[in-house]
Amino acid sequence: MTGSSLMQRFAPGRVIVWLLLLAGGLLMLTPLLFMFSTSLKDSADIYDLRLIPAAPTLDNYKTVLSDGRFLRWFWNSLAIATIVTLSNVFFDSLVGYTLAKFQFRGRYLVFLAILSTLMIPTEMLVIPWYVMAKNFGWLDSYWGIMFPGMMTAFGTFLMKQFFETVPNDFLEAARVDGLNEFAIFWRIALPLVTPALSALAIFTFLSNWTAFIWPLIVTTSKELYTLPVGLASFAVESQIQWELIMTGAALATIPTLAVFLLLQRYIVRGVVLAGLKG
Amino acid sequence: MAGIAIDKLVKRYGATQVVHGIDLTIEDGEFVVFVGPSGCGKSTTLRMIAGLEDINDGTISIGGQVVNRLEPKERNIAMVFQNYAIYPHMSVAENIAFGLYTSGLDKAAKRKRVEEVGEVLGLTPLLERRPSALSGGQRQRVAIGRAMVRDPAVFLFDEPLSNLDAQLRAQMRLEIKRLHQRLGTTIVFVTHDQVEAMTLADRIVVMRDGHILQVGAPMELYEKPADVFTARFIGSPTMNVVPAKATAEAGRSSLQLGEAPLAWSTALPADVLVGVRPQELRVLEQGESADLVLSGTVVVVEPLGPETFVHVEAEGGLLLASASAKHPPVVGSAVRLGASASGLRLFDAKSERAL
Repeated sequence: MTGSSLMQRFAPGRVIVWLLLLAGGLLMLTPLLFMFSTSLKDSADIYDLRLIPAAPTLDNYKTVLSDGRFLRWFWNSLAIATIVTLSNVFFDSLVGYTLAKFQFRGRYLVFLAILSTLMIPTEMLVIPWYVMAKNFGWLDSYWGIMFPGMMTAFGTFLMKQFFETVPNDFLEAARVDGLNEFAIFWRIALPLVTPALSALAIFTFLSNWTAFIWPLIVTTSKELYTLPVGLASFAVESQIQWELIMTGAALATIPTLAVFLLLQRYIVRGVVLAGLKG
Repeated sequence: MAGIAIDKLVKRYGATQVVHGIDLTIEDGEFVVFVGPSGCGKSTTLRMIAGLEDINDGTISIGGQVVNRLEPKERNIAMVFQNYAIYPHMSVAENIAFGLYTSGLDKAAKRKRVEEVGEVLGLTPLLERRPSALSGGQRQRVAIGRAMVRDPAVFLFDEPLSNLDAQLRAQMRLEIKRLHQRLGTTIVFVTHDQVEAMTLADRIVVMRDGHILQVGAPMELYEKPADVFTARFIGSPTMNVVPAKATAEAGRSSLQLGEAPLAWSTALPADVLVGVRPQELRVLEQGESADLVLSGTVVVVEPLGPETFVHVEAEGGLLLASASAKHPPVVGSAVRLGASASGLRLFDAKSERAL
């Protein structure tokens, strides 16, 4: 390494940037490390704030995993997040494609109506959702948890923007080749927007996996709880068992970590493409 | 195979009419090139033949059947697009096989057809590659392959060579021409490049502002352009057009242009436009004479190897003329340009139609 490139590497500006990034990273990582650390501690040691447990144990994991409730909530979350993600990927794309590639009366109005729902915060929508769920008899059911997220304005908007970048020549060539309109969407247009689809799928899955407010409101039966709601219910029980809550939370991060590790390329690309922040 | 009949075809976008009731008959097996500047309606007409644009008025028949209300897939046509439109998520073989989507052939039969087409187009070693790993010319061949594989009644080409560099364009021109000779299928080809039109077409259709100006064989259009636009559009370099006065008497005329009046055997209007191709307008040697002689000063010299063109500031404006390749005049020198009467094309100055 030459002297000048060393100088460049350790220029004061860069060192400050690194230190700031390091501080930010530690700030975000510390609660997670404590979560994992606590999950490996005995109940007697949980207020011992050492990061590395004095006597690490996997007993908490055995307890949580042998508790039927945890597994039930885990699968509830997994199933709900998966179904909602698949639904979003399909319907948001279909509507986005239609709005991007078909000319019809009222198209712009429909798009504006969909966009306008983005302006309303989720908290404002909870009441109408609840009234709707009550009137249709969807309270305390899986469908009740899922229905508000089965299609989203954001996903539709995102997909519409991406489909607009697909050259019409591809679709017209397929039309000449004899494909019907759905086949053109499914076999030609959809594979051409894979990066956007991946981004949509990842963000939908992660937001549904961590969803808390709506599942908490719409469910009363413990067997319908999603993992975040279930873990929170541990905390309101008569005796708060922090080591078990932390173990549950640590286990809950596994799918998130798996999604991230498997698809980090797409996440980064998706964030760039969609202009999102975490 | 099939011929195409276009009858009083009209296309409107809202209140704007872009194709104004054109008529054209394309014979079975003919190679017809639509040529014209951007916005002349040539691509719109092609897209109406393909079924990708609705027809507002008139009819299009393919093989004797009116196809106005038929979907593109029901017209037995294949189309090659300007941007190739080969699907990036499929291999070359899958792209070509996609042309057989509605054929009902089984997998093995499709593969056989794909291999046959690959062989014809020299794509055999590339069949498993993705389009991103192909050059522009190879991509264009894949697009042609996808059209060919269906053995359609009509091939439609929408400016398929415009994204290629000059060398590749010349090569693909040759390949398309040979393909037509081999298959004998009717081809309708759209381009704004008159060289493509001249080299490929059995007949050229010159379009402007949604109207057909002239239809004819390439040399017919070159030799006998119906108007100034066609005269200037067909042929390279562009024809010189110079305004001139004429005096008519007893069915004969005298053209007031250049060093001496030029006798003309027919009656001419008072204002005419005189067209002369750069190849017909030569720099005269000292003492040499011609039917039409114009004097001027050389502004630019363009040596092209076998010939040299010179831009000359002369009566009527800047003119392009041919000069001796071995002894071209120098910039700034005074020259005399000459053309024979047979090399002149006369147009009415008002209507710009040929006289």
